[in-house]
Amino acid sequence: SCFSFLPLQLPESQASGLPEYIKIVEVGPRDGLQNEKVIVPTDIKIELINRLSKTGLPAIEVTSFVSSKWVPQMADHKEVMRGIERHPGVQYPVLTPNLQGFHSAIAAGATEVSVFGAASESFSKMNINCSIEESIEKFEEIAKSARNMDIPVRGYVSCALGCPYEGNIIPAKVAEVSKRLYSMGCYEISLGDTIGVGTPGSMKRMLEAVMKEIPLSALAVHCHDTYGQALANILTAIQMGVAVVDSSVAGLGGCPYAKGATGNVATEDVIYMLNGLGINTGVNLYTVMETGNFICTALNKKTNSKVAQASFNTGTIH
Amino acid sequence: AFPRRVKVVEVGPRDGLQNEKNVVPTAVKINLINMLSETGLQVIEATSFVSPKWVPQMADHTEVMQGINKLPGISYPVLTPNLKGFQAAVAAGAKEVSIFGAASELFTKKNINCSIEESLERFDEVMAAARAASIPVRGYVSCVLGCPYEGKISAAKVAEVSKKMYSMGCYEISLGDTIGIGTPGSMKEMLTTVMKEVPVGALAVHCHDTYGQALANILVALQMGVSVVDASVAGLGGCPYAQGASGNVATEDLVYMLNGLGIHTGVDLQKLMDTGTFICSALNRRTNSKVSQASCRL
Repeated sequence: SCFSFLPLQLPESQASGLPEYIKIVEVGPRDGLQNEKVIVPTDIKIELINRLSKTGLPAIEVTSFVSSKWVPQMADHKEVMRGIERHPGVQYPVLTPNLQGFHSAIAAGATEVSVFGAASESFSKMNINCSIEESIEKFEEIAKSARNMDIPVRGYVSCALGCPYEGNIIPAKVAEVSKRLYSMGCYEISLGDTIGVGTPGSMKRMLEAVMKEIPLSALAVHCHDTYGQALANILTAIQMGVAVVDSSVAGLGGCPYAKGATGNVATEDVIYMLNGLGINTGVNLYTVMETGNFICTALNKKTNSKVAQASFNTGTIH
Repeated sequence: AFPRRVKVVEVGPRDGLQNEKNVVPTAVKINLINMLSETGLQVIEATSFVSPKWVPQMADHTEVMQGINKLPGISYPVLTPNLKGFQAAVAAGAKEVSIFGAASELFTKKNINCSIEESLERFDEVMAAARAASIPVRGYVSCVLGCPYEGKISAAKVAEVSKKMYSMGCYEISLGDTIGIGTPGSMKEMLTTVMKEVPVGALAVHCHDTYGQALANILVALQMGVSVVDASVAGLGGCPYAQGASGNVATEDLVYMLNGLGIHTGVDLQKLMDTGTFICSALNRRTNSKVSQASCRL
């Protein structure tokens, strides 16, 4: 069986200064599918999420309550939200770009939402057609309503290690935007290397700046593997104590800024690394691989997960 | 703290091409090596003096060795599995050779049909001849983080084989994660043990990216003081043990990371990418380098 090759758990994650437990936030159904060319039928989306719910993943980003004019892939957000099984102990956050989206999400049964800020003015302008300050104001409206309804809000900061338009992004700017999101009530801030240009060097500098403003326990990293740096960047983050990592099953979701390039880091590859480090995630790697196989078949594409490629090709899966 | 400089050992023309399906014409191999010589790389593994019966891709070893431009300051090591290969290599102009050991008995048996002990005895002859000719020898240890046949490999075994090869006179020991199953956890454990027997300045890591772990594993090795890293342009060379899976880590992706860490390599990333584009075109395949993929705006 190929599992004789899977790394044995080393009991020394604590001794090495690494977190004992890391929460994996699965973004495949939203961030992943949103950046896939092929429009996926609603029932496939629902089955994907239901399968992910059985892998042990503690959080699965389900969909986005954004106008279908902008993001056709997410047009079925209500049906998906209402159609999925809700497993106890699993969170199902959804994106809500504005108050209207928020209310729509709540009406459809959402119990957690996410808002997306950026550390780059140009990116904010190009992506959501407003300045960072204006976007923060919109999010404050959402945060206020969410607070009244006891709905947790997760904040994302895009372009944390670089911007497709501005290039270099200074860590202080990332810290500033993160602090605004945290102060308005976001329970967690996910720092996104949106175009995957970061390296362990820039990841470290950015985290050092952000950690001055936000408690470590409220930080997550969302690394893209466009330049193959994701796992090295994630390793750097967890060495600094970050204990929440976003990833996408099968590495779904290409990079809209570099045609043909990859985007999200594959959940399978992250879990493989964390298993090898003796870090607990609660996630069953094999069932994630099976789920990855399912969605890639449905999308008629090859997986971006190297672990999946290596495992399925030894011909020894049982 | 990271090393300030890292020596990148380019294994594409040998380890890379050896594990590519398509046999590459001699002229293309020579051009590949000549292009690599212009990138700032200081070490380029050129070919293998092994019997063409076993490795058809390397059948033109003499022509390649004699045909390449040998730039001053650049080393062009070649593999020599035995004394006969060593002598042929030297006759063809080689000034540095490599020998391959393994930390797994089963792997050694399957690969070269003898035990680890017997393989090292064969190398004794090569070492003696190399010493007499003042030819430096680099030692490789395969399967350091796992074996396709034995599974788990003990760090103590890796240390034992490394120590033997170092004591025999190898100036550097390249520790190879042959099937890419290692993670930062097992890399750290293995290196800690090996570093008790071999000085870190004589160690290199040779990571395969079959499970996507290579750069993370390399990062840990660097953190522990290793300053020599093997890689293959365009990530040439699949994994013979997992059909369709990738093998060597891509030099471009490694250099990108080292640049981002402010570590000096002397390598021009753009020229390296251009070389990768050339060889992928000649092989009619897509690059395995993510940096290269991302940089191609089609």
